[in-house]
Amino acid sequence: MKKLTTYGLGLVAGLAAIAATPAAYADDPQFFPMLVYRTGPYAPNGIPSANGMRDFYMLTNVRDGGVNGVEVAVEECETEYNTKIGVECYERLKGKHGGASLVNPYSTGITYQLIPKAPVDEVPVLSMGYGRTAAADGRVFKWAFNFPTTYWSQASAFIRYVGEQEGGIENLSGKKIALVYHNSAYGKEPIATLEKLSEIHGYDLTTLAVDHPGQEQKATWLQIRRLRPDWIFLWGWGVMNQVAIQEAAAIQFPMDHFIGVWWSGSENDVIPAGDAAIGYKAGTFHSVGATAQVHKDILEHLYDGDLEEAKKNGFGEVLYNRGLVNAMLGIEAVRTAQAKYGNRRMTGAEVRWGLENLDVTEERLGELGFGGYTRPIKVTCEDHEGNGPVLIQQWDGEQWNLVSDWIEPIREVVRPMIEEAAAAFAAENNITPRDCSAES
Amino acid sequence: MIYREAGQFKTSYGTDQAMLPIAQDRWVVGAAVAVMLLVVPFISNEYMLQAVLIPFLILSLAAIGLNLLTGYAGQLSLGTAAFMAVGGYMAYKFTTMFPGLNLLVVFLFSGVCAAAVGLVFGIPSLRIKGFYLAVATLAAQFFLNWTFNKVPWFYNYNPSGTITMPPRELFGVMAGGPAATAETRYLIALVVVVVLTVVAKNLVRGRIGRSWMAIRDMDIAAEIIGFQPYQTKLLAFAISSFYCGVAGAMYFCLYLGSAESEAYSIDLSFEVLFMVIIGGLGSLLGSFLGAAFIVLLPIFLTNAPQLVGLTLPIDVQKHIELMVFGGLIVWFLIVEPRGLARLWQIAKEKLRRWPFPY
Repeated sequence: MKKLTTYGLGLVAGLAAIAATPAAYADDPQFFPMLVYRTGPYAPNGIPSANGMRDFYMLTNVRDGGVNGVEVAVEECETEYNTKIGVECYERLKGKHGGASLVNPYSTGITYQLIPKAPVDEVPVLSMGYGRTAAADGRVFKWAFNFPTTYWSQASAFIRYVGEQEGGIENLSGKKIALVYHNSAYGKEPIATLEKLSEIHGYDLTTLAVDHPGQEQKATWLQIRRLRPDWIFLWGWGVMNQVAIQEAAAIQFPMDHFIGVWWSGSENDVIPAGDAAIGYKAGTFHSVGATAQVHKDILEHLYDGDLEEAKKNGFGEVLYNRGLVNAMLGIEAVRTAQAKYGNRRMTGAEVRWGLENLDVTEERLGELGFGGYTRPIKVTCEDHEGNGPVLIQQWDGEQWNLVSDWIEPIREVVRPMIEEAAAAFAAENNITPRDCSAES
Repeated sequence: MIYREAGQFKTSYGTDQAMLPIAQDRWVVGAAVAVMLLVVPFISNEYMLQAVLIPFLILSLAAIGLNLLTGYAGQLSLGTAAFMAVGGYMAYKFTTMFPGLNLLVVFLFSGVCAAAVGLVFGIPSLRIKGFYLAVATLAAQFFLNWTFNKVPWFYNYNPSGTITMPPRELFGVMAGGPAATAETRYLIALVVVVVLTVVAKNLVRGRIGRSWMAIRDMDIAAEIIGFQPYQTKLLAFAISSFYCGVAGAMYFCLYLGSAESEAYSIDLSFEVLFMVIIGGLGSLLGSFLGAAFIVLLPIFLTNAPQLVGLTLPIDVQKHIELMVFGGLIVWFLIVEPRGLARLWQIAKEKLRRWPFPY
């Protein structure tokens, strides 16, 4: 009941905020459907992500008066991270409020479903740092975007990082690396890359699958105890992350040799393991904490400076911040499109053009309140992944800290693999890759 | 009065053996099929077809498959989703290996493959019964799911292990893949379901169905009067798996469009089992009613608060939905343990006597 009251208040506050906006919007709103999961085994991760996105959309209305005067509208639909329900949600939302600008599926499984539908429905898919890695080849996947970086890039960046930690990538030879992954399309994404790199750098790779939802991992960690790997990578989501970190602590695995994917590195994942989680690392593609100007703006405009209230919504947490970045990139794509088509509501096809020609510079990030918080990004027709470098963050028991500089992925290995996978998809689905030199 | 059969004389063996002996039934079923075929595709929007009616039809078929095995032949199975997975993955293999193959033939072949697998996993039924058999079929669920996850051949060595339906035409119309309209997919699913339901209806009221029911009611007695339990049970497994396989193939080709083995998880097996139990064991109508209950009700409950203009936070709404849904299952099972089909039967009795009940 208390929760309900909180939400009720939040809702009233949200409505009041919308009502308080001075600008009367002339045009139809720019609609962003939100596929969220606030219930089920993935809720601990789903809630802050969704709140971050929602807050940035609201901030755009309150602080910036919409996107160049066009109001931002959002509507949520609960997916439980379940692919079937997610697709139903997408079908339900895509036509509302004049049509969806783009869709953020927030699940690799749902992304796989929506990519083939995107060109038919003319709703671009923005799977920021998840989804189908091959979509980075924009010649085949015209309607799907996965910038600022992909799973394959990240896996290769991890290998580069581990190589540095071992005192040079040549020292990886003979080392044992274990991958603990969510047994789904999401978890399997990095395997091919890691296998390919193991051929080049000579480490032993062991892959260990954990079935959905991942509460039971005893057998997996027994195998790890027997295997004694030098490094462990974790490709988990939801409850699985907490359990994996607790299990690793239980076998006293050195935490600083345990690296999670950027979806396995939020506060919710490490706090249950307590002090045992200290030293655990994870990838990310933006900075940590509530340190950016945008956080101050959100606190001021949406929460009236009430930090406690904001923290209830996950304010400043890793996934909340990622939601902010995600929403910002979507909004910027709309702005980019408006620069070409005029300041009105953009259709899905126009937003797609905006995504493909997105160029968020350091200066622009500063204006948006993200100065120094994430990297500038430039998307092109060939490359829907953007530039792709990765940061490593580490948990100190209280908060996450960045412990690395931007690590470049091993592009000379990853990009040919992406092109190969995209070509296979194109062949299977009778898609003729676009000629990017002919695009405007 | 409404369901009065008085005056409907049967003057030939043909009419006596008709599938629906009562004229009212014929009208109702005929009208329902006609509406589904001729009216629904034109008045429904894409959401209604794609997210509601197509899964309803496909899962009805799966429920019929399980009902043949569990409701008619009395063999409890928890492997439904596994047999559906065989259908789905084989449909993918067939249609990528032979792109020119007619989609309906693909469904047929996928069903046959599922039937073959079903035969193998039906063998334990000769020795074990009841709950023990359910556990044995559970093995099929885990083994097959593991296979489709582990053997890359099934998903054409795709790095993520996902199968995606390529664009396919049926009689010159786009029928598979994202470019196919929801109407086309719906009509294909409807035609397949109607045809297979007619086949199932004739199976269960003929020699084979009677032998299944004999085995279900008392296998020793059935054996004594001359039914071979081993052929009968295996046949039930094969035909049931065929239905599940076709349903699984359509589930992938017409509904999901892209799937991983998780789509055919144990949850789906349970879902289909609940459809059969709630709908009514040993009733084809029950399979449809059960599927409607399990598929349509949650979607209705999700949309209901908005329909009455109530805006709730979506997590609260989801929790309410789960509670109401669970409560309704319990309520229906208490009110009528023999399923929704039995409720319909009672209603029919009442309608026959209405307005002068005695």
